[in-house]
Amino acid sequence: MRRLSIRLNGPWTGPLTAAVGMLLVFTLITGVVYPLAVTGVAQVAFNDQANGSLLERDGEVVGSRWMGQPFTSVEYFHSRPSAVEYDGSASGGHNLGPTNPVLLDEIDRLAGEYRQVNGLAADADVPVDAVTASASGLDPHISVANAVLQADRVAVERGVPVDEVLRLVDEHTSGRTLGFLGERGVNVLELNLTLDGLSSRS
Amino acid sequence: MSGAGWVQFVVLIIVLLVTAPLLGRYIARVYGDEKKAPGDRVFLPVERLIYRICRVDPEREQRWTRYALSLIGFSLVSFLALFGLQRLQGSLPLNPVELPSVAPNVAFNVAVSFTTNTNWQAYGGESTMSHLTQMGGLAVQNFVSAAVGMAVMAALIRGLARRRASTLGNFWVDLTRGTVRILLPLSFLVALVLISQGVIQNFNGHTVATTVEGARQLIPGGPGASQIAIKQLGTNGGGFFDMNSAHPFENSTVVSNFVETWAILIIPFAMAFAFGRMVGDRRQGRAVFGIMLAVWGAMSIGAMLTESGGNPRLDDLGVSQTITEDQSGGYLEGKEVRFGPAASGLWAASTTGTSNGSVNSMHDSATPLGGGLAMAHMMFGEVSPGGVGVGLNGLLIMAILAVFIAGLMVGRTPEYLGKKIQAAEMKLVMLYVLAMPAVLLTFAAISAVYGNALGSLNNDGPHGLSEILYGFASAANNNGSAFAGLDSSTTWYTTTQGIAMLVGRFLLIIPVLALAGSMVRKERVPASPGTMPTHTPLFGGLVVGVVVIVAGLTFFPALALGPIVEHLSL
Repeated sequence: MRRLSIRLNGPWTGPLTAAVGMLLVFTLITGVVYPLAVTGVAQVAFNDQANGSLLERDGEVVGSRWMGQPFTSVEYFHSRPSAVEYDGSASGGHNLGPTNPVLLDEIDRLAGEYRQVNGLAADADVPVDAVTASASGLDPHISVANAVLQADRVAVERGVPVDEVLRLVDEHTSGRTLGFLGERGVNVLELNLTLDGLSSRS
Repeated sequence: MSGAGWVQFVVLIIVLLVTAPLLGRYIARVYGDEKKAPGDRVFLPVERLIYRICRVDPEREQRWTRYALSLIGFSLVSFLALFGLQRLQGSLPLNPVELPSVAPNVAFNVAVSFTTNTNWQAYGGESTMSHLTQMGGLAVQNFVSAAVGMAVMAALIRGLARRRASTLGNFWVDLTRGTVRILLPLSFLVALVLISQGVIQNFNGHTVATTVEGARQLIPGGPGASQIAIKQLGTNGGGFFDMNSAHPFENSTVVSNFVETWAILIIPFAMAFAFGRMVGDRRQGRAVFGIMLAVWGAMSIGAMLTESGGNPRLDDLGVSQTITEDQSGGYLEGKEVRFGPAASGLWAASTTGTSNGSVNSMHDSATPLGGGLAMAHMMFGEVSPGGVGVGLNGLLIMAILAVFIAGLMVGRTPEYLGKKIQAAEMKLVMLYVLAMPAVLLTFAAISAVYGNALGSLNNDGPHGLSEILYGFASAANNNGSAFAGLDSSTTWYTTTQGIAMLVGRFLLIIPVLALAGSMVRKERVPASPGTMPTHTPLFGGLVVGVVVIVAGLTFFPALALGPIVEHLSL
């Protein structure tokens, strides 16, 4: 009987065995050891941040410092429009081009609504962040200009002096880091939580 | 643009000018021909163990054919493993929210995408991939596909530096050293900085929050930061979340944003300095760096200015886009307040000049010129500064093309770094230059008339064409960013873009290796008075001209029908 001979040293066998070995080794190093090491250090050194910077109220998780929430009632500062309605299990923007009539109609409608809710004149300028959706759909911030325009409404609805509300807005405004990095923004969730804290104390 | 926007841009350049030469010097030692390199005491034992397990002889050098074969074999095995992992994730552990296995066409696209360092995402991360797939599949390819690109660069540089030799190094050694000595330590540091800013790193599923107004909000969990660090450093760009680095859990503050922008750019820029050192003429490295910086800088300024300028259509609606102390102004649709138009524009130019493709704003929503600049930056072939390794390769190809054109003009045999450029080399250069546009324009043209493909569009008119063009520019250049309105999860797009990514990877890498194999045999002739110096600003200008003219002649008609006509209609 003739024995079948299988060539095990063709041009492909060397590279393929090395490839399988390399992939396994690097899966172990970069796919297991590395993320576990990072997680280990992170959970010790930056426990709060690594777990999502969660905010609690009365012992219950009310949200994350970095994830925006939708606000509809008049006594709260309102977040930016969101293409995903601040759904934390999704994220996304409109992805409509700058001349798309669907987008422009939506912006027009939102601007009218914003003027009405905040008691502005029919031809008043509306801050751009108040009528445009963010990239993530989870933007935690609004611009200072947007917050200032909402402050009167919030103060009246809550029976708090406007100066006090504006002071809180200022308190929750993140400045430019080192004076030049990024833009100033107001963290809406933290601001509203502080406002709720005021009324529960009085 | 705001004053702070300009300051931020200048500070980034200064930080790059300080860090890139330092990292470049280190990289040159990692891939260089000297026996010793910094950190040997820590890294060598690990590497020796890896070589022993994989039965690789690190001393055995490879000719270009063997080098290419090893590279292709590794990519093939990676592809098969990643495809299998996605198809089986439904019945595998580390899947806290019980996601099903990935559909075959999407799994094919993703497997190609991540093994080619493209990281185009035809899926939403948080709703498709289990923690196991993210960590054991996608994150691994983030490392090794980047290390493959760097290995090819090392081989090309050796081809230029060595004389009358036949081998280009050992692929397995380059793969190992690039991962262990460059990508892993840097990623570890960047990941920790990101976590300190609020980027998540845990193994939880969703945390259920009851919002202030009593609604239910799911707060996602997962090992984000470890993957985000390498996605930026390895110019991968595939996000842990659907909305990539716009998502607050991927990029929570302006500090994390600055660090991620730096991380996108640092290795590609450092490669220029590594190149100068490895060929023994640091002026050559500085010249290459200067070319990269000039093109990237110009495109960045353009994108920052157009986005800060706002969308004139909104002025008619009574929307204020003015830049004041109290608002960033500019066109904020698809942008985050904390970044504003300047940092968004800067990122858009940086992610398309490299092969990164992560985004911190929605490019589909950008102004026509801003989106067009990002598209054009990819069409330049991603050489400013380009992907890790492959970017420098692209630029050296352009430099060779430039000396060839200059040689034709003065009637001399062109040479680069003392090596004569002859017909064989020019054929390979032309193959490299033509492969990407051919696949990009062919598929884009078919998609613009094919009904099934048109159904994927989210916008009509010129912006719809832009979505198609951008998608294939991204795939063919292994970028991975998108005009994300395009639904690319259809069979048509997963297939054609998969092919475009394969062409953009292997039809570029193989000619580069062949070129290296041909150059390595040549003697380096000493410079004579007739030699054209390749470290001068004049030569730099010539290379920039070649880059812009080649892309312009190829893509201007298509760009005219997309972003340019849309801009004129504003």
